[in-house]
Amino acid sequence: MAAAIDQQEKTSVGIVEKQYCTFAAPPDEMVLESGAKLGPVSIAYETCGRLSPAKDNVVLVAHAFSGDSHVAGRYAEEQEGAKSGWWDFMVGPGKGIDTDRYFIVCANILGSCMGSTGPSSINPESGRPYGLDFPMVTIGDMVETQKMLLDHLGIDRLLAVVGGSVGGMQVLEWCHRYPRMVASAIPIATTMRHSALAIAFNEIARQAIMADPHWQRGDYYGTDRPDLGLALARMIGHVTYLSDEAMHRKFGRRLQDKSDFSFGFDADFQVESYLRHQGSKFVRRFDANSLLYITRAADYFDLTKQGMPAAALPGEADNTTKYLVISYSSDWLYPTYQARELVRRLKRCGQDVSFCEIEADCGHDAFLIPDERLANLIGGFLNGITRA
Amino acid sequence: MVSPGPENIRFDLQVIASLIEPGSRVLDLGCGNGELLAWLTANKGIAGTGIEQDKDKAARCIARGLSVLQGDLNTEVDDYPDRCFDYVILSQTLQQVFEPARLLCSLSRIGRRVIVSFPNFSHYSIRLQLLLKGLAPKNDQLPYSWYDTPNIRVITLADFRLFARDVGYRIVREIAINTTTASSSGTIVRYLTNCRATYGIFIIEKKSAEGE
Repeated sequence: MAAAIDQQEKTSVGIVEKQYCTFAAPPDEMVLESGAKLGPVSIAYETCGRLSPAKDNVVLVAHAFSGDSHVAGRYAEEQEGAKSGWWDFMVGPGKGIDTDRYFIVCANILGSCMGSTGPSSINPESGRPYGLDFPMVTIGDMVETQKMLLDHLGIDRLLAVVGGSVGGMQVLEWCHRYPRMVASAIPIATTMRHSALAIAFNEIARQAIMADPHWQRGDYYGTDRPDLGLALARMIGHVTYLSDEAMHRKFGRRLQDKSDFSFGFDADFQVESYLRHQGSKFVRRFDANSLLYITRAADYFDLTKQGMPAAALPGEADNTTKYLVISYSSDWLYPTYQARELVRRLKRCGQDVSFCEIEADCGHDAFLIPDERLANLIGGFLNGITRA
Repeated sequence: MVSPGPENIRFDLQVIASLIEPGSRVLDLGCGNGELLAWLTANKGIAGTGIEQDKDKAARCIARGLSVLQGDLNTEVDDYPDRCFDYVILSQTLQQVFEPARLLCSLSRIGRRVIVSFPNFSHYSIRLQLLLKGLAPKNDQLPYSWYDTPNIRVITLADFRLFARDVGYRIVREIAINTTTASSSGTIVRYLTNCRATYGIFIIEKKSAEGE
């Protein structure tokens, strides 16, 4: 055990610190894609690795919908061996995204509740949490806040933007908005736009929250929170993140701590118990209104409307973005055919694109599960990027 | 950077590599582990892309810094703009293609020139087996039995010349070689090619194409 922790410490980035960057204070509010104004805006972020003197080794990691800025390492106040960042197997010394070479920045998305401004933040006009007065934010708005953070850090070029799921949408949005700033992009398990199926699951999750009497049209801060609705929303989410194969392998029809049915509605099956556990765990760390806003932003995202950047003009070759698109064979939320649509679009406009479907039965969430193949792919691809 | 492949790549790939001008845009169909692309990138400064069906091989190519798409070459080639490559390479794959005429039509749309190579079915060892033993021939280049072969067509150098003419291609260059599978050495065959060569390599282009 001690040796395992020792090993973990050796390959870990070690202690990291959540930092904050605040901008767009009134009267210079940020103008959102919807036209609404928002300010001040605080963005929580973490960095690991060392910024090179030329500032040309920056990898921006975009997290998925319920993630946060804590991509790797652990906080000083936590015990050694405590649960580390959500992509600790990928980001660290000698890992796929090598902190000995790259400077990694990960920012919590706008609208979230993990440190950045969102519906649970205090509205300066009322002195109370925004609730539904928080304006609708888009994936584009999230990217704008990341751009402002990088401006604040004095970074004007990105060696790579990497992210899975809703993080992958941010990657694509970056390529659309700031193509000349992005040397390479790695969208993972993502899509150019939600299918009706993905919107349907999000809508069910939102309805679960809004049907909870404690939701109170979003004005529940300081009173009972819509925990039941949020837990149910998370249970639905988890089904979409897994796959038929993974659920069969993990749970099958096995019963939870019993040898026979209870002939009632307790959690007889392991899969029920697992989902209930995931639901109740989630309400301890996440805000129901943030789920509403972020799922909406993901539903609104549509890269096909915006178009991808055209291929570089002759003599401009150094300014093209190199893409690595990755999908998972068992992802039924954003299936491989959607990744292939993205690849097709990139090819048609002459972009330099690589694509690989990874064979895995873990479903949509596979990119969060330690896998050497993903680390090798990303590490090798980044190694081939010579321009930042 | 792209890691250069072994010094001695397969002989047929060496011949193909020698045909490509430095700095060309190259698409390699069925690029395997990316030996040819890596060699061309390191030694001729090409801008290369590969297509490979096998997921592990495609991943290995990407991990060595090559631009490679995992997928079916028959459909992947449809999405490129016209003439976006100088060379499209179809190496030792034609004998497995379901619709060769349609595929070559796509390749000549996206590439200025197409390089096609395939094992020559009229090599004398094959002719003799059929003549003397009466069995479906097997040799080093075509090692499979009739019941487990991935090859759905047999092609000879003479067949390919006729085919190219019939579907409207000009043969820019034809090179017959004698080499064995995976070998880095071999010879160019100059006489009685259809009988003596184990592989044929053709550079073709659409007849209506401008230029030469």
